[in-house]
Amino acid sequence: MAKEYNLKRADFIFRNENDWENILSRTLDKDSRELINELISSELKGRGGAGFPTGLKWKLTSEAEVAQKYVICNADEGEPGTFKDREILMKVPFKVLTAMAICGYITGATKGFIYLRGEYKFLQPDLQKVIDEFAYYCKEIGFDFSIEIFMGSGAYICGEETALMESMEGFRGEPRNKPPFPTNKGYMGMPTVINNVETLAHTYTIFKHGAKKFYDLGVQFSRGTKLFSVSGDTPKPGIYELELGMSLSDFVDEFGDGDTKAVQVGGASGFLVPRKRFGETSIGYKGKLTGISLPTGGSMMLFNSTRSMFNVLDNYLEFFREESCGQCTPCRVGCQQLHMGIKAVKQGQKPAVYLDKLLKLTETMQYTAKCGLGQSVANSFSSIVENFREEMIY
Amino acid sequence: MDKKINVIINGVVFETKPGKTILDAARDAGINIPTLCFHKDLCVAGNCRVCVVEVVGQNRLAASCATPCNENIEVLTNTLKVRTARKHIIELLLSEHNADCTRCYKNGNCELQELAAEYKIMSEDLIPLAPYKNYTIDMFSPSIIKDDSRCIRCQRCVRTCAELQGVNALSVAYKGDKMKISTFFEKSMNDVVCTNCGQCVNHCPTGALIEKNYIEEVWEAIADPEKHVVVQTAPAVRVGLGEELGFAPGMRVTGKMVAALKNLGFDSVLDTDFTADLTIMEEGTELLTRLKKVLVDKDDNYKLPMCTSCSPGWVKYIEHMYPEMLENLSTCKSPQQMFGSLAKTYYAKARKLDPEKVVSVSIMPCTAKKFEADRPEMHDSGYRDVDLVLTTRELAIMIKQAGIDFMKLPDVKHDRLMGDSSGAGVIFGATGGVMEAALRTAYELVTGREVPFENLNIKSVRGIEGVKEATIKIEKPLDNWSFLDGVELKCAVAHGLVNAKKVMEAVKNNEADYHFIEIMACPGGCLGGGGQPIPTNPEIRERRAQAIYEEDAGLSVRKSHENPEVIKIYNDYLKEPLGERSHHLLHTNYTRRERY
Amino acid sequence: MTQTSELINALADKHGRNRENLLSVLQGVVRQEHYLSESTMVEIAREMDLPAAEVYGTATFYSFLEYKKMGQYVIRICKTITCSMKGKNQILLTIEDMLKIGVGETTPDRKFTVLQTNCLGWCHKAPAMLINDEVYTELTPEKVREILSEYLKK
Repeated sequence: MAKEYNLKRADFIFRNENDWENILSRTLDKDSRELINELISSELKGRGGAGFPTGLKWKLTSEAEVAQKYVICNADEGEPGTFKDREILMKVPFKVLTAMAICGYITGATKGFIYLRGEYKFLQPDLQKVIDEFAYYCKEIGFDFSIEIFMGSGAYICGEETALMESMEGFRGEPRNKPPFPTNKGYMGMPTVINNVETLAHTYTIFKHGAKKFYDLGVQFSRGTKLFSVSGDTPKPGIYELELGMSLSDFVDEFGDGDTKAVQVGGASGFLVPRKRFGETSIGYKGKLTGISLPTGGSMMLFNSTRSMFNVLDNYLEFFREESCGQCTPCRVGCQQLHMGIKAVKQGQKPAVYLDKLLKLTETMQYTAKCGLGQSVANSFSSIVENFREEMIY
Repeated sequence: MDKKINVIINGVVFETKPGKTILDAARDAGINIPTLCFHKDLCVAGNCRVCVVEVVGQNRLAASCATPCNENIEVLTNTLKVRTARKHIIELLLSEHNADCTRCYKNGNCELQELAAEYKIMSEDLIPLAPYKNYTIDMFSPSIIKDDSRCIRCQRCVRTCAELQGVNALSVAYKGDKMKISTFFEKSMNDVVCTNCGQCVNHCPTGALIEKNYIEEVWEAIADPEKHVVVQTAPAVRVGLGEELGFAPGMRVTGKMVAALKNLGFDSVLDTDFTADLTIMEEGTELLTRLKKVLVDKDDNYKLPMCTSCSPGWVKYIEHMYPEMLENLSTCKSPQQMFGSLAKTYYAKARKLDPEKVVSVSIMPCTAKKFEADRPEMHDSGYRDVDLVLTTRELAIMIKQAGIDFMKLPDVKHDRLMGDSSGAGVIFGATGGVMEAALRTAYELVTGREVPFENLNIKSVRGIEGVKEATIKIEKPLDNWSFLDGVELKCAVAHGLVNAKKVMEAVKNNEADYHFIEIMACPGGCLGGGGQPIPTNPEIRERRAQAIYEEDAGLSVRKSHENPEVIKIYNDYLKEPLGERSHHLLHTNYTRRERY
Repeated sequence: MTQTSELINALADKHGRNRENLLSVLQGVVRQEHYLSESTMVEIAREMDLPAAEVYGTATFYSFLEYKKMGQYVIRICKTITCSMKGKNQILLTIEDMLKIGVGETTPDRKFTVLQTNCLGWCHKAPAMLINDEVYTELTPEKVREILSEYLKK
């Protein structure tokens, strides 16, 4: 390859040196405040998509003075186009368990859960064996922390952290009003740290190599590496660990099939970026002075010129109207209206300007929906309709 | 405790207390924010999103009902962004809703309709979703109609059924576009644990849950020259009806109500209060009998505590939830049903009427009364004892249909024979009222003296507390009742079925040794019944309760056994409480039902 | 006691009878019986002291807690974007053709039910499907025929 890629591959997450016992006991010897500061200085942000600073989350939970706290690993990986968490749990589960235990040590939680989506039920037996082994080791070193798997049953919305807790408590997975936030009132009303699988795996890297090593990767505001789930029209679908901050054109150069028309960054709830914007788009959290920064849970779906963007949007909207929990008006009814609306325009039953009405409606959904699902439907909707309007019209 | 914080709403600083929501603070400040899923009786849901406001510094809008105030939070309730969002949300709700308002029972009394009118939703932009939804209407219950096409999924009914009543007949089912309010496996309300209390109807903002109305049937009966139509009015109706017809909550409109009923063309306007007094005679005697059988004779066939049986929602609740405790339920019919069986026997005979031609109508604050009248055992007169049951709301509709200027009506008294009442009968409409009335009579029967409370007011059983307890020590009883000497009569009062459950669990687990328990299914008692004017909320219930106790205080006869018509009916017809005729006409039995 | 109530009893003993154990119990029943019948839900409500409507409302929220009678093998074909792009419809047609049933239907011998489902998380190996808990990826009509033939023999 003649061109120098701005795309930097990394190999932390899946590198397995079988050193978790060592890392765990070594970390448990350190002062918990020191560990929090280490985590904060790494500037690790949540890898599930929302990007909340992980160190701060742990700190807030550690400050609550109650007897019972919880650590939850969110393995309800449901965003279309993402499949990295499963691979982590299959390949390096000890890293996740270790990170949960360290989180327990820091925050004072003695009980951890892995909320595993129902679609990954086949993972459960192997994961349980690992947990048993892990528990044995914890007992051996006299560290009081237990981990349980909680199986989901097929509901995308349960990836939303408060919906996940409702589900664990035996209810419908409906997101709660916030505040209070889980760090304050989470599972069973107790302070709870809830992190994505990958986030926990990164904390392992940080506790192992130190914050600096992590901080030195990536770019300002978007430190460290990230797993990307690459799918769609690509010759090499799969999971890749890359430094954050790369430009989308570099990404497409590496993973595209030469005919990439658009990339969906962040899954159905993320943004669709058309070819003309690849150059100005970088992958990371907001904060860069120029260009567009798109955060993502790691879902990168490539579409080539054979794909109809109407079909893509139609597929997303069907997904959302089915997977909305249904409790709040803007999301429940909004998704139905958007879905039926684009079809009506496509079939000529509504004029093209109806798309503008729908765009306004997505703004309201973004401002008023109760949780991230309803709020982010606007992302894919507006980015597809605005960039591929001609494909939406009769 | 008295810490205050400042909130800035639309540029003006107001003081509020920490923990108050933006909605609370705004309403305290006199700023109206529209709501739909919010109800003062219920926990905050935050799901309709109509109450969104702008919080300065945040891009997203906040649901004001679910967002607590922080110190110096700056809120804007009327920006373009807020108005547009609210308008969109109302449009969305309307698009999912069967908005054929002219054919809706709640037309003119619908919170969604009001909002649509306020925000002038004129466009037909959005695609009507209702035609795609396979909505169904459940009309099998004699009390309640559930029309899913009118539902906006605010979940007030679900919260009402769970939080106020602990019945959980309704639940949220499915998700996404299929999400709906459903009973177990979408069965009819008639086939599940529904108690017909109608609290869901009272809390529904739209026409999704309404009472089954019998207005036309009543008009037809009135118009039929062959028929003699008698009407009875329940105690709580007179303190609620005014709200539907222009009066402020808490206005007693007894006289105007009677005048209106006469105007409507009823042949005789009588009072459920009369049979309330009769209930006290029967139930008081039953209690004393049970006390004797249990305490003295050690007769296992009699059970204590004895629970009141006036509230048909409560009766169905115990039939479902505690079928093993049905023997604890008083065998007395409710005042409505006592009235019904007497109307076609005692009354018909006295007035020389063919009972077949008597149509017995009742005006009730209650939807469960419709079910009660429909129970197969309620035919002791040889006919259906109560033919038609109307709620307070339905009566108001009839008065409006008749073009009566209610506010200008003179005060008219109930007709005689079964129209006289004591203050004890009146207070049946409030929680604690049956207990108080029973104690006024029973204590006097046993001791020959009045209950030892100032002005006969037994304040410990009054008020809004969910479960109330009272103990009365019986001293120096008359000779017949000497076995009660020194006995402390332990009483409990509960209202709202969620509180009934607390009391019954305590009894079931032998954690309480009550002798007598009064339970009313609805919060506040009948005055907060499912058939009362909408809205009903804590403040309104309190006003109605005040009115009831004023009515009691203003009557010359305040004890059931002193009601002259009660004395007369025992002399002329029934002979004695629990006597043979009473047993036949005034007592009933119950049905064990499935809990699931 | 019937077989189902024994099962529910055992599941409640294992997981507990609190509300937070409800999902585990429901999942346990579905594992054995493939769906939750009306009488099963009543039984669970009784066993866990919950209102029946609550059990129903909770179960119907989750796609994998079926409340209609299912076959012994529940085939769930992913219909989300990547699988759709990569030929989900051909897979579905192949299955419908082999089993002679459509989506949402169960074969007369109660062996198979065909459903569509949302993202299974195998987008890089699309199209994908689940048969009960087992995953099959990178499907082609030929591959599906082979897989189903195996199941038909079982």
